[in-house]
Amino acid sequence: MKQTFAIAIGGAAGQGVATPGDIFAKIFSRRGLNLNAYNAYQSIIRGGHTLLTIRTGREKVTNMGDRIDLLIPLNQDTMDRHLKLLTGGAACIYNADTIKPGSAADGVQLCPLPVSELVDIKRNKVAQNTLAIGAGLHMMGIGFQALEEVLQEQFRKKGDVVVAENIGVARAGYDYAAARFTAFPNPLPKTDNRYAILSGNAAMAMGGAAAGVKFYCAYPMSPSTGVLHWMAAHARKAGIMVRQVEDEIGVINMAIGAAHAGVRAMCATSGGGFALMSEGLGMSAMIETPVVVINCQRAGPSTGVPTKTEQGDLWQMLGAAFGDYPRVIAAPLDIGDCFKLIPEIFNIADRFQCPGLVLCDLLLSEGRLSVHPKELNFSPPIDRGELIITNGTSPEGVANGGYKRYKITDSGISPRAIPGVPGHIHTVATDEHMENGVLISDEFTNPVKRRAMMEKRMRKVAGIESAVPRPVLLGKRDAEVTLIGWGSTKGVIEESCEILNEHGISANQLQIRWLVPLHGEAILDILKDSRHTIIVENNYSGQFARYLRSETSFVPNGHIRKYDGEPFMPHHIVEAVKEQLAGKTKLSVPMHEITV
Amino acid sequence: MATGLQFAGELTMADLKGKVDPDWCPGCGDFGVLAAVQKALVELRIPTHNVVTISGIGCSSNLPGYINTYGMHTLHGRALAVATGLKLANHELTVLVTGGDGDGFGIGGNHFVHSMRRNVDLLYIVMDNQIYGLTTGQTSPTSRVGMKTKSMPFGNIEAPINPISLALAAGATFVARGFSGEQKHLTELIKQGIQHKGFSFLDVFSPCVTYNHDNTYQWFRPRVKKLEDDPAYDSSEWTAAMEKSRLWGDEIPIGKFFERTDLPTLHGAEPVLNQGPLVHCDPRVPPDVARSFIEELM
Repeated sequence: MKQTFAIAIGGAAGQGVATPGDIFAKIFSRRGLNLNAYNAYQSIIRGGHTLLTIRTGREKVTNMGDRIDLLIPLNQDTMDRHLKLLTGGAACIYNADTIKPGSAADGVQLCPLPVSELVDIKRNKVAQNTLAIGAGLHMMGIGFQALEEVLQEQFRKKGDVVVAENIGVARAGYDYAAARFTAFPNPLPKTDNRYAILSGNAAMAMGGAAAGVKFYCAYPMSPSTGVLHWMAAHARKAGIMVRQVEDEIGVINMAIGAAHAGVRAMCATSGGGFALMSEGLGMSAMIETPVVVINCQRAGPSTGVPTKTEQGDLWQMLGAAFGDYPRVIAAPLDIGDCFKLIPEIFNIADRFQCPGLVLCDLLLSEGRLSVHPKELNFSPPIDRGELIITNGTSPEGVANGGYKRYKITDSGISPRAIPGVPGHIHTVATDEHMENGVLISDEFTNPVKRRAMMEKRMRKVAGIESAVPRPVLLGKRDAEVTLIGWGSTKGVIEESCEILNEHGISANQLQIRWLVPLHGEAILDILKDSRHTIIVENNYSGQFARYLRSETSFVPNGHIRKYDGEPFMPHHIVEAVKEQLAGKTKLSVPMHEITV
Repeated sequence: MATGLQFAGELTMADLKGKVDPDWCPGCGDFGVLAAVQKALVELRIPTHNVVTISGIGCSSNLPGYINTYGMHTLHGRALAVATGLKLANHELTVLVTGGDGDGFGIGGNHFVHSMRRNVDLLYIVMDNQIYGLTTGQTSPTSRVGMKTKSMPFGNIEAPINPISLALAAGATFVARGFSGEQKHLTELIKQGIQHKGFSFLDVFSPCVTYNHDNTYQWFRPRVKKLEDDPAYDSSEWTAAMEKSRLWGDEIPIGKFFERTDLPTLHGAEPVLNQGPLVHCDPRVPPDVARSFIEELM
């Protein structure tokens, strides 16, 4: 099993859960450790319960894991909700003045801090948090200096007095733990690596900047708003125009307008906003102006659960906008991939002049992961496709006046001139049109021309298929069970396979990143050797299972689904696989044990 | 909106002619608007490849197909949003947005209001015929109370919006009204609207000869009074403009209601554009900036 260490910090929103989280994350990261953080929270700005889990380790940590090693409840509610999750070897550090522990499992170390004895709580309202950080750090076997450095940075702006005060409080907690609490048996390791810690939203925004996005616009919507925040904060340095628009209809249309002028344009939203963008996507396809749209899924339908995760928008994406048109849909596999995918999908969208859709979810958007800086490549290949940006780049330009924006070609791709280029004047239209852009929707209606234009656009699908890589099987080909997932479940399925293998059940994984085009034949080719197939997805109806069946007629042996708003934990999948292999059920819906 | 305005050589009306002739009903007010737009561009000598005409959906929104500039015939109600994105990506282009009253004040009402408060540098011409034409005659946001249409056969009971008052309230920096039957006057207003730096709104009475039998040329002609004919009228006075905008009945003012030139345009207010149009900028993030973005996360 993976050697990892997980801390959970819980409290009321506004009580300062984030700060200890940031401090621990910084300390772990500077020790050269990997980490994954997931914040379970509610849609309340102040007072709602929130539980932040930070899991760290020497190796790559891809998900929140199954075990909490250290619980720091900042209020009674957190203690009451979560103490029962702790098992032998775990510890719970709490303020003994205000919180009563309740009964813990055997082997759980209760670590009460007499906060008012140790510090002057009238002077420092978050003293309990800082004491707990100090105490926790000692128990993890980390020297105090690491904490001192981070506290100095954290409070530098508030002046030397505040810095000294906080270091003093942290030291008191550290020393108290040294005297009274038993340290964890394995001190946290240290490596020479250095990692960046980022959310999926920041990763997608940065991926956009790396892809050469010059125009970003959005309407705030959880859990996509982090993309807007990164873009807005970095716009001037990166030379990106960032606009907050009146609604998502305006967003998609504004993005298409900018894209039509010749820049790369991107926008992000969640399911509800994406629904409003639907008609605009059809325009992007019809006028053949590429745009990239990110949908950070949250639990639906309708307003749903805005702060919870789900993979429930696949069919919305597949069916967005009426009529047939070429589109690309990809789901990033982890937070590092959130960065990497954006330049890739822009290249496809630009080459094939069609909308590119990114299907992310709250788990990645708002989760945090340590990523090696090398993975954040700001010089990825940029392929703008057949774009005419100056006169003379097209032989059909001003010389003979014969430029046809929608020229019928074998590839279906017609060279695209941007407004401002002499000799290429044309009008694009959402109405069906001829090669020269003139409408064939009214006066010149013509079934032959309509068919030719449909076929021209749809011919791009074949090109897109060959431009997108086929999925590959992870693990041994002859495994007892094959777990099939898509997008953000990659890490948790991967770890489930490792655990299953340790338990004597050989398991492999097929994780889908490109949803459209799907490469159905390649998938069938992989699955024909599989002995027992189970599709794992974070929704009620098995949206991917139904999609895979519609494209390939493939029906798996079983399903593992979850639609309670929370992500899978490895043991959910492991236990479900075992019950399915024992023939107990074909559909497992694991119960989420952590209530937030 | 005179940014990057370069003068072309001599332009003629033939240079502005589109690939096909309009398929509007004979007598439609939109012919007059098209001609006035073409005439204004000829007189301003703006190179046709630097002009983008953007429309939504409706009879009048077919206009970009009939004029020899770059054009975008977008979605119903969305032309202003598309135009805003395009202008911000390349602010050297002259942007004209054309459409009807249903497109602009109905389905596109939200974008209309927000484009004005943003002071996007473009000219928005609404061919206002107080009816839905392309869907064969339903009530529009500017149809008068009592007007009988296919969708309100017993008469409209909803008060119409007043586009001029709305534009003034929303912060448009150039607000005018024209009449398709007053070609010279209309052409002059279009020229002023193009040259104005900021959001120029031009509401044009453009009678629908097929479906609107109330607001005809004959109905408008005796009523329209040019603001320019009143030497006492001062179009820099917002309050006076608002007052004039309420007039409706025997006297309906046309002309320039309001103009102010002291406010920055949207693209002028954004320092990201100081280096020139985005479309001409290097797409790559400079290596030192990229490094600083990663350093923040370490």
